[in-house]
Amino acid sequence: MPEINIRDALQMGHHEALENDPDVLIMGEDIGAYGGAYSVTAGLLDEFGPERVRDTPISEAAFVGAGIGAAVGGLKPIVEYMNLNFALLAFDQMINIGASLRYMSGGQVSVPIVYRAPTGGGIQLAATHSRSYENWLAAIPGMKVVAPSTPADALGLLRSSLLDPDPVLMVEHVLMYQQKGFVPDEHFIVPIGLADIKRPGSDLTIVSYHHAMVTAMEVADKLAARDVSAEVIDLRTLRPLDMPTVITSVKKTNRVLLLEENLKTGGIMGEIAAQIQENAFDFLDGPVVRVGAEDVPHPYNRGLEQSMIPSADKAIAAVSAAYGI
Amino acid sequence: MAVTEVVMPSMGADMTEGSIARWIKAEGDEISRGDILAEVETDKAVVEMEAYGNGVLRKVIIGEGVTVPVGRVIAIIADADEEIPSMDAPASEAPAAVAAPSTPAGVAPDPVAATDAASGGRVKASPVAKKLAAENGIDLALVAGTGPGGRIVKSDVDAAIAGGGTPAPEATPAAAVATPVVQAVQATPAPALLTEDIPLTGMRKAIARTVVRSKLDQPDFWVTVSVEMTEALAARKQINDAMADSGVRISVNDMILKAVALSIEKHPKWNMSYTEEKLVAHPNINVGVAIALDEGLMVPAILGCQGKSLKDIAIASKDLGVRAKSGGLTQEEMTGGTFSVSNLGMFGIDEFSAIIFPPQPGILAVGASMPTPVVRDGELAIGNIMKMTLSVDHRVNDGAEGAAFINEIKRFLENPLSMVL
Repeated sequence: MPEINIRDALQMGHHEALENDPDVLIMGEDIGAYGGAYSVTAGLLDEFGPERVRDTPISEAAFVGAGIGAAVGGLKPIVEYMNLNFALLAFDQMINIGASLRYMSGGQVSVPIVYRAPTGGGIQLAATHSRSYENWLAAIPGMKVVAPSTPADALGLLRSSLLDPDPVLMVEHVLMYQQKGFVPDEHFIVPIGLADIKRPGSDLTIVSYHHAMVTAMEVADKLAARDVSAEVIDLRTLRPLDMPTVITSVKKTNRVLLLEENLKTGGIMGEIAAQIQENAFDFLDGPVVRVGAEDVPHPYNRGLEQSMIPSADKAIAAVSAAYGI
Repeated sequence: MAVTEVVMPSMGADMTEGSIARWIKAEGDEISRGDILAEVETDKAVVEMEAYGNGVLRKVIIGEGVTVPVGRVIAIIADADEEIPSMDAPASEAPAAVAAPSTPAGVAPDPVAATDAASGGRVKASPVAKKLAAENGIDLALVAGTGPGGRIVKSDVDAAIAGGGTPAPEATPAAAVATPVVQAVQATPAPALLTEDIPLTGMRKAIARTVVRSKLDQPDFWVTVSVEMTEALAARKQINDAMADSGVRISVNDMILKAVALSIEKHPKWNMSYTEEKLVAHPNINVGVAIALDEGLMVPAILGCQGKSLKDIAIASKDLGVRAKSGGLTQEEMTGGTFSVSNLGMFGIDEFSAIIFPPQPGILAVGASMPTPVVRDGELAIGNIMKMTLSVDHRVNDGAEGAAFINEIKRFLENPLSMVL
């Protein structure tokens, strides 16, 4: 298969799911006639009809609730949010209903729903359309949260999400739909809960996920020019976290940079930092380095927005300050 | 007369730092311009350093063995009664030696030294540096920290450990007066012995039961072959490059697992186990993988290897490893293995024999692939030789069958294309 981008991979995943499993249906705002805000579902309405590719009213609580109901009733709905920021309107459904029913029913009820949502900033959509809440949902027992950074991971994780008996949220960074990569021809899945070492190294562990992976690889390239060999771990799944992969790497390199584009305060990297010091304290050669976005609402102004999002140079400066490398 | 600051000289355009190998002059010595003050060591040579001023060597700031940047003040020459400046190093520099106890009044000790043993100050050292020091019997109070803020980091302790084997500098009159510097290290580490008994964990008991049962019930013998891995390593690189974006990487062990699964398909007796009545056939090839955890050894199996591509096996073995660590294995994976592989190659082991996991008919023990002289077409060449030893349950298979089976595995590994067809 030639190189494809993440949008292509997701389109492929949706198409095969609709084709292979009559229980799969897709719901969301403008996903039918319009083809989706980021064209992930383009063409599916014509091929599979409105029963299975449903445009919904602008009411997140209603269509997420309907999706959860459909999942409880035996279907496998994929519910697309136009933007993760709008999911705030449906948190009650996602958390109190979707993520809790299996527990509340003593295991009698499964909710095999897949939520998908664009997330992240960087394209001047301002504060209310640029925030990332995946870390909030990754704090909820009963949820699973995946965040691919390559086309193969997007397709493999979408397949795993559809196989999963519980609610899975896939977050897709708005700057990543054009991200290219090779996807294997034969059928494969990427298991939920498995991080991936995208680049092996020996002197510094960089832990990152979705669009910050682009920055992480740039950091690794720049450090390589200074003879510092960085190992780059793509988390891929935010809940459950693959801490064994992170801890093994930190024990090897003794240094760690946690790099995310989400706000630093309360971000997922704070949790990872805590687990590193709990499980690898005696292996650290300095403080855990955490680099994230500045604690401000996303500015609309391009220059201001870019300055709040962490750059490779900012990350390298933080690493140098902490470890003297 | 002026105060002369003696600085670390540049002995070449590319020299950025150097250390004092030996102070020839000691504090209090009369110095004339042109006298040899010290020997400076760069990464290339040891060079004598002349004095550029007259007077008395009033203060040695940098002791022997400490590396400092070019231009750093390392000593002061002045008249005997002249007031000399305090010499604090900027915080960003590598820490200097601890100031001599005989420092004239008014000269502050170097503030960035990680410790000041005399003042009982807190040692600033990273957790891994502390652990490493404790394991190797290094006194951190004697180690200079080069990390941010003078923190002792892992590389400082590594250097101290490495320095432990080198002979101490000759005692010279100068050394007696000059600051006792970073005296690297005690030569012999004294690892702490365990003094308390360790109660058996469930896992330890299970391992003991299993290996005893194997040795009691399964009369075993061993056959060993050398495998030329050059082709396999090249194929692995090619495959991984081609799949760089897929997130899947094939390990050497994955190739061995695949070769074993294919060889079992050709020699199905290696998927059978012995009972008093019959050899029991198993419907699936479930290859066990020995995994070392902190708590002990586990041999969970990749189920249904007969249908799996090399890539499937790579995904499955990575997944198995992760779940073995997190405790997420199924009962079938724990007990359903039909043949196993134990690989100590990553620990640099040449070859070894493994104990069969009952009731399986054998286990393959794999050593490291190492550059080795080999004879190829009558010429001496360098090959990548990996030794494998097959432990055989003699109740199931005989010597000739063991030889045929291990040679089949070898054939697959030496012809890696045959594994991806």
